[in-house]
Amino acid sequence: MSDPNLIRDMIPQDGAAQSAEHPPLRLHVPEPAVRPGGTPDFSNIRIPRAGQVNRPDVDVDAETIRDLAFSVIRVLNRDGEAVGPWAGALSDNELLEGLRHMMTLRAFDARMQMAQRQGKTSFYMQHMGEEAVSCAFRKALNPGDMNFPTYRQAGLLIAGGYSLVEMACQIYSNTHDPLKGRQLPVMYSSREHGFFTISGNLATQYIQAVGWAMASAIKNDTKIAVAWIGDGATAESDFHAALVFASTYRAPVVLNIVNNQWAISTFQGIARGGSGTFAARGLGFGIPALRVDGNDYLAVHAVAKWACERARRNLGPTLIEHVTYRVGAHSTSDDPAGYRPKTESEAWPLGDPVIRLKNHLIVRGAWSEERHKQAEAEILDTVLSAQKEAESYGTLHSEQRPSARDMFEGVFADMPPHLRRQRQEAGV
Amino acid sequence: MPRRTMIEAIRDAMDVMMSRDDNVVVFGEDVGYFGGVFRASQGLQAKYGTSRCFDTPISELGIVGIAVGMAAYGLKPCVEIQFADYMYPAYDQIVSEAARLRYRSNGQFTCPLVVRMPTGGGIFGGQTHSQSPEALFTHVCGIKTVVPSNPRDAKGLLISAIEDPDPVIFLEPKRLYNGPFDGHHDRPVTPWSKHDLGEVDDGHFAIPLGSAAIRRPGEAVTILAYGTMVHVAETAATESGIDAEIIDLRSLLPLDLDTIEASVKKTGRCVIVHEATLTSGFGAELCALVQTRCFYHLEAPIVRVAGWDTPYPHAQEWDYFPGPARIGRALIETLEA
Repeated sequence: MSDPNLIRDMIPQDGAAQSAEHPPLRLHVPEPAVRPGGTPDFSNIRIPRAGQVNRPDVDVDAETIRDLAFSVIRVLNRDGEAVGPWAGALSDNELLEGLRHMMTLRAFDARMQMAQRQGKTSFYMQHMGEEAVSCAFRKALNPGDMNFPTYRQAGLLIAGGYSLVEMACQIYSNTHDPLKGRQLPVMYSSREHGFFTISGNLATQYIQAVGWAMASAIKNDTKIAVAWIGDGATAESDFHAALVFASTYRAPVVLNIVNNQWAISTFQGIARGGSGTFAARGLGFGIPALRVDGNDYLAVHAVAKWACERARRNLGPTLIEHVTYRVGAHSTSDDPAGYRPKTESEAWPLGDPVIRLKNHLIVRGAWSEERHKQAEAEILDTVLSAQKEAESYGTLHSEQRPSARDMFEGVFADMPPHLRRQRQEAGV
Repeated sequence: MPRRTMIEAIRDAMDVMMSRDDNVVVFGEDVGYFGGVFRASQGLQAKYGTSRCFDTPISELGIVGIAVGMAAYGLKPCVEIQFADYMYPAYDQIVSEAARLRYRSNGQFTCPLVVRMPTGGGIFGGQTHSQSPEALFTHVCGIKTVVPSNPRDAKGLLISAIEDPDPVIFLEPKRLYNGPFDGHHDRPVTPWSKHDLGEVDDGHFAIPLGSAAIRRPGEAVTILAYGTMVHVAETAATESGIDAEIIDLRSLLPLDLDTIEASVKKTGRCVIVHEATLTSGFGAELCALVQTRCFYHLEAPIVRVAGWDTPYPHAQEWDYFPGPARIGRALIETLEA
């Protein structure tokens, strides 16, 4: 095949591949606006003013709110005020609690990221920039509701009162790891906290959330399910199956898409294709679809409440696209400098969720810079003491880890004979 | 005792379990109103209502995906994949999800789920209605794989599968739905109503997963088979006049290795028969286990008779299918070795 004549002969020559009417076909491969070295550019993201998008009744006909799939629901304006029809649902104390959750998640991320660099665990995934999405959503849920999360929704646990020590023990795969060392770090599970066991296979849980919600309806229960997926994984068949089944059976489920612009190195245009937005995917299924400013704690919470109420009133599913930005790397195994400008996160037009809520609370007169600094120090103390306690139970490469015997447990409810023989052979 | 076809026995098992346990739900393509293309769920929707027996969109991934979520909630879904050949879109949900919920959540979430699927050939179904994918399931840790060979076993094993706390793949040899198939496609089929194993008790009874059945006691050679091939092997033994002991495995995982071992140690010879393609088939696992357990009792190499390593053909179905003649030759070869 090294003969250039031979290769040339295999390629259709000009004219041979051309019809008289049309030029030859060309493949379209979407490209992001900017690559490393370029100037960050988000001019393609249309952002309406805060308060501009109307708030329909929850029993609205999906056909009449198709525009919400192309706009962005926002509550906090540039001056830190909460404005418009989606504002006003949360008290000072609830907002202060929300701020504390986001700050805790951010501080925990920073410590665990460092712990990974120190070799105390194999892997970590942080939330920087996306804290509002899971922290605010969690406050719209009731006990018994079930999230089917991805790996970047630990705010559901923190805002749900899960113990930081248990989280760290899972990350360290130590003797107190509630999952006995069987799962990658951050693949938490807590039935008690409405947090389904995370699968590293993306999108698989989206359809399971629909099934869980259908089961709740079959049993005439009152609980609802919440599905989570990233922008990139919406390309998986599981996502589309979930929309079909949720639509057909009007399942009491909220279908969340967290559009953080990047799927590892792949910009969101590759998964989105020719559709204007990810939310618009819901329209063909007759599912009400909304886009929300994912960096606006108040907006996320208000939209979550709206969607959850729809589910609880048996009005069926809602699709929510959270428009946000992944400030950090995909994981500790990733370096974004290879595929996007280093300063891109600074140019992100929706700002930082923690700073925006902080400013809002200051505008409300419920907070101050000094109290914020003080809170930062207190939260760091809390996180550090949780980390310290977790490390007293061991870290990944220490002697204190789940036993090899544990490895054989829990494959089945009762260990079948072949596994018993293998455990014996392993001598554990 | 009442006699039932295999379809009737399977329907009866679901009926019994739906009436005993409100958490049992049945769904799949054409499964609800119509009762399934093989009519396994006929009448269940009328009896138990649309929320417990319903039609689904044509999405195997969706069927198993929602079933995993329902099982995690606490229901016991018994779902149908119309043909085993269609299960591939659901494979990720079975392998990465259903099979691992218990393990990866340390028991917080479990998956008591049954996936029924018609398997095997012999009906001129071509490539897409004839496959036997059991080895694709036995290779996965966290699921059980069951293949009944008659109505009585089908009912008792399906009841056990629905009661099992873990996911079970229930492969139904579709060639056996209406009667035992002796491997001679050009002869009339005996209906189950004229066969002893068509006698199926009413009400609830369970056959434990992991217990094999000796279908024909013998001294000369052990035949390991399951599903349709149990009956074909019986024909081969009769026609060749060889005193074979035929073991119907019934459940591939868990496997009744003790029954296998006792038989091979007695006969000193072993022929393994399955319809699925040869290479990396379940027969390879059986072969490895038998030689490890029975090496010093073996008087001949273990022989496998299986489907050829080609896609399942249409016109050449009976050239492909491991019929009585091929099995008979393997028996003779083993005895002469």
